[in-house]
Amino acid sequence: MSGARETTGPDALAAMFARARRESRAAFLPYFPIGYPTVADSLDAIEALARAGVDGFEIGMPFSDPLADGPTIQAATQIALENGVTVGRCLDAVGELRARGVTQPMLLMGYLNPLLAYGLERFARDARAAGAAGVIVPDLPPEEAGPLAEACAREGLAQIVFLAPTSSPERIALVAQRAQGFIYLVSVTGVTGARDSLPLDLQAFITRVRAATSTPLVLGFGISRPEQVQQVSAWVDGFIVGSALVRAAAAGVEAVRDLALTLRHALDEA
Amino acid sequence: MERQTVKIGVGQAEVPDARGYFGEFGGRFVPETLVPALDELTAAYFEAQADPAFQAELAHLQATYSGRPTPISYAARLSDYLGGARIYLKREDLAHTGAHKINNALGQALLARRMGKRRIVAETGAGQHGVASATVCALLGLECHVYMGSVDMARQRPNVFRMKLLGADVIPVDSGSRTLKDAITEAIRDWVTNVETTHYLLGSALGPHPYPLMVRDFQSVIGVEARAQMLEQAGRLPDVCIACVGGGSNAIGLFHAFRDDEDVELIGVEAGGRGVASGQHAARFADPSLGRPGVLHGTRSFVLQDADGQIRETHSISAGLDYASVGPEHAYLRQLERAHYTVATDDEALAAFELLCHLEGIIPALESAHAIAEAVKLAPKLPPDAIVLVNLSGRGDKDLDTVLGALERRP
Repeated sequence: MSGARETTGPDALAAMFARARRESRAAFLPYFPIGYPTVADSLDAIEALARAGVDGFEIGMPFSDPLADGPTIQAATQIALENGVTVGRCLDAVGELRARGVTQPMLLMGYLNPLLAYGLERFARDARAAGAAGVIVPDLPPEEAGPLAEACAREGLAQIVFLAPTSSPERIALVAQRAQGFIYLVSVTGVTGARDSLPLDLQAFITRVRAATSTPLVLGFGISRPEQVQQVSAWVDGFIVGSALVRAAAAGVEAVRDLALTLRHALDEA
Repeated sequence: MERQTVKIGVGQAEVPDARGYFGEFGGRFVPETLVPALDELTAAYFEAQADPAFQAELAHLQATYSGRPTPISYAARLSDYLGGARIYLKREDLAHTGAHKINNALGQALLARRMGKRRIVAETGAGQHGVASATVCALLGLECHVYMGSVDMARQRPNVFRMKLLGADVIPVDSGSRTLKDAITEAIRDWVTNVETTHYLLGSALGPHPYPLMVRDFQSVIGVEARAQMLEQAGRLPDVCIACVGGGSNAIGLFHAFRDDEDVELIGVEAGGRGVASGQHAARFADPSLGRPGVLHGTRSFVLQDADGQIRETHSISAGLDYASVGPEHAYLRQLERAHYTVATDDEALAAFELLCHLEGIIPALESAHAIAEAVKLAPKLPPDAIVLVNLSGRGDKDLDTVLGALERRP
């Protein structure tokens, strides 16, 4: 039994944030989809990211209708589907990455319907067995999350909740109460995708949430550049970069690694 | 706040509940960004429903702009030809813009204006909802953006031109199957991005709560009128009500007024495409190998999907029925066995289309021709004193290219 299986997902995430905090920086959590450009390439890219010193992963599982994603991730996950990637294949990939020495916490990110088809209890059981730390489902607000949340709790997996700039104070309080591991803050009203600049009122949004909870906050959507990473590192406990890494993957695994190293160095200099 | 709820059948719970559930179907499966917008919309909708001024303006525009009430017509020659039940047609094809879609578009656009949202996004399949949205936006001075799959733009060209004439921006969607499903996905992405200024004018009784409830309510004028008209013209209620079901808004609009009339049979007709056995169809209920409960576009209902939960591409000759899911209230009515669902294939719909043209002088929408096809099958089995009411949800001018092509290919 490896150490990753004995600690729960929330424990592994807490250790990840503690380590980053000791280094006075935010945790860097890249998103990468299994199966893009090929299954083998995606596993190589994630392994290269792990060696580049990222802190954890959002492992993308493809869906035919990804309504929270922008064009970059839509196109990549469409190719993953054409490559035959299923929920089961993604779970196997987590196990393979563990076997290849990836020790960072891995969170499985995917839309609800493929998880329903796989079976929520079976999914939680197999995700834990593979060594995942948690689950992120963007089309599942807390009101609808009951069955998945219960299955995750039984297996010691973190079920990550979201807040958005549109969230009211009441909503922030409600969501914060159910948070495990961290709260995923959506930086913009919109879909995923690299953006030239982050919204001007971003810090105010983060401050509003921070005032309501001590749970770690992880910022996602629109982050792609070293200066953005430096800007948000002081505001949140972690950040996610997705579309920019996926775009880099078109040029090969080295390009993914190089972008990760650039962002990781920017973080140390912040 | 006082909720507007209804009873379905004796002893059944009121639907939907406060979370938007019709039994186990419905709900609100959306990204967090949209939850506050749906809360705001739900509150604004119930306020408007309870406001006599809102209801009066809607009723006034229905009467003076949409052309309501639409009549029911006794289809004498069709009934004689089929040699069984008497067939009546609810003439939504005579509503302004040529389909029932105006009923919901008008209601939601008035609501958007009341909420201070001046930018409207809509999806469209056949183009009828896009035209209705563009029309009401022109009427009320709202900005209108319509997402439409590029496959549908090719097969419903007249409606694309109509929307542009009415001042709408028509945005082609090239992802996925490039039909209605993909247009809805793209409209939701736009809404997530522009949610502060924008109302999503969803055109069918699907999507996250409160849409299935709200669209049903705005469309229920169809059944309310038809029920009174049947009593007046035929002296009694019909034995059977038939409507086609894509998302299911015209069907739920007709069925709703008859829900407590237990002797009235309700039949929804799905698109059988090239036949249920072919796998090329939009028959969510009729093909248990592909149609199972699932979540698409914010609601839990029957969804055409593969074993891995990926949404299937669908096929129908009719763009308006070409969708992988179905409104959650239909899944509920089917589970209760209050309504029954059948299929009509492309060929059966085409034959019914021609029959109605020749015998009644009415060119139906290909969507509505699916409902006619069911009447063609059913009426001869019923006695002459039986009454069948068919919702003729739209007119077929938009389909002439498609029909011409199909007739030329026919052996």
